[in-house]
Amino acid sequence: MNSRFEKKDNVLYLEITEEIDHHTTEKVRRLMDNEITRFMPRKIVFDFSKVSFMDSAGIGLLIGRYKLIKLLGGTAEIINTNKSIAKVLEMSGILKIIPIQNKENVG
Amino acid sequence: MKSRYDNEMELEFLSKSNNEAFARITVAAFAAQLDPTIEELADIKTAVSEAVTNCIIHGYESTEGLIKIKATLLKNEIEIEISDNGKGIENVELARKPLYTTKGDLERSGMGFTIMESFMDEVEIHSVLDIGTKVIMRKKIKKQEDVEENAEKNEEKNALIN
Repeated sequence: MNSRFEKKDNVLYLEITEEIDHHTTEKVRRLMDNEITRFMPRKIVFDFSKVSFMDSAGIGLLIGRYKLIKLLGGTAEIINTNKSIAKVLEMSGILKIIPIQNKENVG
Repeated sequence: MKSRYDNEMELEFLSKSNNEAFARITVAAFAAQLDPTIEELADIKTAVSEAVTNCIIHGYESTEGLIKIKATLLKNEIEIEISDNGKGIENVELARKPLYTTKGDLERSGMGFTIMESFMDEVEIHSVLDIGTKVIMRKKIKKQEDVEENAEKNEEKNALIN
């Protein structure tokens, strides 16, 4: 996972670089929580451009991080999902709390 | 031995979480013989990943055991049977419900069976307490020619209507 923090808007970009399943989530979760508690962002953006696969383990991962950012008074967004990942996300209903943002809306 | 299927394969591996990717990629490679679309292949991969993860987390509760996958092809349909000799599911009806999970502490979403059911055409769950669980999933791969033929037919229909 790569991360980039934009100080100006207090946005933390979390770029996931592996397939997301039950096996990989543990590591990704730890890395994400480290970055979130380190930067205390106002917003986290999950960047899926390098993710080719995600199953329901990803839903649990995103909800968990959403709870953390909510505690900090912030929000979360998703960008750059492929078709099959968008399908899993849509089915879970998670997009009501963590919306997918189109590229042109992202600063 | 003459198989009643066009092709079949069996796979057995330990319930280690790093086998989740191995299992879904292997089944997808086998399913590729039916010439599925990228989307159909992604559906199969996701469903297999969910079933195998269930065996690891729930069936064996993260202890070591064997997971078996049997996949068969007949005409344009793939059947995938994924089984464990784990603790079994107490209430299958409840387990199928969206958002139901017994492992909320592990940040599980409870969407496993829901995803299997919506990404595959049919999902059967057979489970006996302390004996194990077997999930059988089937999916028909739409032949590209059929899709094109239908599109052509629709076009003709529309032309007639207009």
